[in-house]
Amino acid sequence: MSDQTTSPTSRDAVVVGGNRIPFGKAGGAYAAASNQAMLTAALDGLVARFGLAGQQVGEVAAGAVLKHSRDFNLTRESVLGSALAPTTPAYDLQQACGTGLETVIQVANKIRLGQLDSGIAGGVDSASDAPIAVGEGLRKALIRANAARTPMQRVKALAGIRPGDLAPESPRNAEPRTGLSMGEHQARTAKEWGITREAQDELAAASHHNLARAWDSGFFDDLATGFLTLSRDQGLRPDTSVEKLATLSPVFGKGEGATMTAGNSTPLSDGAALVLLGSREWAAERNLPVLARFVDAEVAAVDYVSGDEGLLMAPAYAVPRLLERQGLALQDFDLYEIHEAFASTVLATLAAWESEEFCRDRLGLDAPLGAVDRSRLNVHGSSLAAGHPFAATGGRIVATMAKLLAEEGPGSRGLVSICAAGGQGVVAILEGC
Amino acid sequence: MADLMQMLTTNPLAKQLGVPQAARLRRGRELPTGAVVVGSAGGSPSLVRRTLELLGLPVEEALVDTPHTRVSQTDDEGRTREVPAPYPGTVGAVVVDATAATAVADLEDLRGVLRPALRALEGSGRVVVVGLEPDTAGGPTAVAVQQGIEGVVRSVGKELRKGATANLVRVDLLTDAPTTPTDLASTLSFLLEGRSAYVSGQVLHVGHAEEGRVTEVTSARPFEGQVVVVTGAGRGIGASIAEVYARDGAAVVAVDVPAGGQGLAQVANRIGGTALQLDITAPDAGRRIAAHVAQRFGDGARIHTVVHNAGITRDKLLVNLDEERWGSVLEVNLAAQIRINDVLLDPELPGGLDDGGRIVGVSSTTGFAGNRGQTNYAASKAGVIGLVRAMAAEPRLTARGITVNAVAPGVIATEMWGKVPFLTRTMGERLNSLQQAGTPLDVAEAICYLSSPASAAVTGRTLRVCGQLMMGA
Ligand SMILES: NC(=O)c1ccc[n+]([C@@H]2O[C@H](COP(=O)([O-])OP(=O)(O)OC[C@H]3O[C@@H](n4cnc5c(N)ncnc54)[C@H](O)[C@@H]3O)[C@@H](O)[C@H]2O)c1
Repeated sequence: MSDQTTSPTSRDAVVVGGNRIPFGKAGGAYAAASNQAMLTAALDGLVARFGLAGQQVGEVAAGAVLKHSRDFNLTRESVLGSALAPTTPAYDLQQACGTGLETVIQVANKIRLGQLDSGIAGGVDSASDAPIAVGEGLRKALIRANAARTPMQRVKALAGIRPGDLAPESPRNAEPRTGLSMGEHQARTAKEWGITREAQDELAAASHHNLARAWDSGFFDDLATGFLTLSRDQGLRPDTSVEKLATLSPVFGKGEGATMTAGNSTPLSDGAALVLLGSREWAAERNLPVLARFVDAEVAAVDYVSGDEGLLMAPAYAVPRLLERQGLALQDFDLYEIHEAFASTVLATLAAWESEEFCRDRLGLDAPLGAVDRSRLNVHGSSLAAGHPFAATGGRIVATMAKLLAEEGPGSRGLVSICAAGGQGVVAILEGC
Repeated sequence: MADLMQMLTTNPLAKQLGVPQAARLRRGRELPTGAVVVGSAGGSPSLVRRTLELLGLPVEEALVDTPHTRVSQTDDEGRTREVPAPYPGTVGAVVVDATAATAVADLEDLRGVLRPALRALEGSGRVVVVGLEPDTAGGPTAVAVQQGIEGVVRSVGKELRKGATANLVRVDLLTDAPTTPTDLASTLSFLLEGRSAYVSGQVLHVGHAEEGRVTEVTSARPFEGQVVVVTGAGRGIGASIAEVYARDGAAVVAVDVPAGGQGLAQVANRIGGTALQLDITAPDAGRRIAAHVAQRFGDGARIHTVVHNAGITRDKLLVNLDEERWGSVLEVNLAAQIRINDVLLDPELPGGLDDGGRIVGVSSTTGFAGNRGQTNYAASKAGVIGLVRAMAAEPRLTARGITVNAVAPGVIATEMWGKVPFLTRTMGERLNSLQQAGTPLDVAEAICYLSSPASAAVTGRTLRVCGQLMMGA
């Protein structure tokens, strides 16, 4: 391992702990729960764990990817409904699946700069209680009717509505600029990198087994709080196997070479996750634990629209930039958390870092970054098993990583990598305390 | 059928028909409104009077019923009879010091004090008799007399109406560690105040604690600055226990299984405590509780009280009972707390139980009486009774002034009880002297009394909080 990492600021931001609600399957246990209800529950669980009832924290930063227009102040409204002091400021932030990690970066940086002593970061998403928009034709007609000055004008405006306009437009998991779903995009990447069906199913099975073991061992006792009827992630299949996964038919990609199934792709999910951050002094004054230090972060974006790069490959670019800034090698980590949007995303990213060609042509490196020790990767499972409520994933991963690093001991190092819609990737380094 | 029962219990006629009415009980730290009168049986010992003085309670001399002090009373139909001279006002509580009662004739003194007082006793009034541990009373007659007092008190409890209660407190006087007023104070104040609303027909025991063990006897916030751990705090009785400790000043660590986390978070946030999600059957449960306390309450923090309230039922007739249902109940209700106690009692363990600390178990009247379909549950709850008795005598506890007690709730109106069918529920609620179910608060108050810093002389006992339930009495 190389020398100590450095934070380019005068003081540290540390992860005190985290809380999430178990993740539900879309249309499952949280089908009737709103984003606000889930985020409030996650906040209340966090507040209870750390005895913060009635107290003001520096700020709460959270977001949701699928948002109702009424949720324009989602995080602040959730704070007001929670046990935190109503004088706690809050704001929403959104960067697709990178939202949760981006809020952590935001709050950590403010703490490092001395602008905050403490903060809560994370996110929430509901694929069940998603907003449904009216079609463009109906929307325009309604706007015209609303603006009408005479009853006649109003009737005219409404008369312009065609039956076809009445079909609701539910949010699609599709890229606006390509019209392709995320899965279809990833299917191309998987094919390009020659990621096999077997390798994907192996990764998926490991995710379920690792996550189940973590729940069984009580690892999440201080990271999750039961909500409604759930006390574990609803999509978790402890008894799945490579053999069982092999029986599923592909859902993304076409023909012979299609490898991506519902088993090795993350399901749509509902849930919320948060991380409590603070300065070391803030934590010490309150006798709060310090799990990990936030070291540094990087965000990259790729041109997936032209087809130059795969939609979910941005972390492959963000990580080397972060490593270079910190003077670290890819192997200088005790633990890796790579968000499992699809099993093939993780595998393609790992393959890219091992590829001489990719590292030379795309990253401009003399040598490949090399391999990641797979026994250090997603050791307590990840999104394939837990589910992936988009904006909640960052909070889940950071809290899990911070606790794992605290168990590893002071100076242990962890790399977090999350790919996001829009061709972006958010990555960060944490260090055990 | 339900309607009939309801009609019978709520109709004004019901009272005339003799269907007992549930009175609204005095609760909390309220003292009786009427006079507190003091009498004695068998001489005029001073323990009770000095204790009441210590508590700062103004008292009056009890009237005594004798044939020549009676007055004539004529009823509506013109019939005249001799009755005891009446009290000028209502009596809030009658406290009788019967520690000197050794002869059968001394029991007449008890009757003489109780008769006039009972006639003037207010709603939620109190009858408290203080006697001796019978076996320490001296010869067979003295033992018989002291034992006899129990019969009096238990019968008075059944005779009382309007939410009044009767209890017996047994003390040591003739041993080499005699009970002092300081030892007795917390028990007397508990019994006189509304905190003991649902405790009736019971025998309580007060021994003697080393000099200096009993601190402040009159504080309204006896747990100020103390750390209290409550298991099963996410709902039901446990949530109430957590709330009452917080009311009385404690920093509460509320423990419940992760699955109960939502309720637990609400309880912890309501009382400004901390939530610790933990299955108490986990092998490292004790260590995790101690680690939480050591981490969160600063250097040298230790636990003042741990309340083992978490409990489950897996009811089945024994003929249908498998090892899984058997084992899980014994594991959660008994084995887990034994393991946790052993860990927390390590004096070197950071975040362990403090010197002068308290352990409180939660048994059940089922632990005394048994119940059809509850062999496993009754085993665990009777086990708790034995556990606290045995632990209290262990040198590793006595040397450090740690007490161990339990409560045995009877029918307590929790949310779950509300779901029991109306008729079963009503029957259950009526089978006790107070003609009603108790509340989680009543159980919580009893637990706080037992674990109070002022209750150092109370140990090894299981206190029933059951309104003098007929079962297993
Ligand atoms: N309700 C009554 O009438 C009554 C009567 C007599 C005795 N009791 C006793 O009082 C206690 C509380 O009863 P209640 O009616 O509030 O029950 P409850 O079921 O409402 O609450 C019990 C709590 O204990 C928790 N718990 C269970 N197993 C646990 C474990 N392994 N680890 C941590 N927490 C666990 C549960 O999650 C629950 O929150 C129990 O010990 C019960 O046996 C109750």
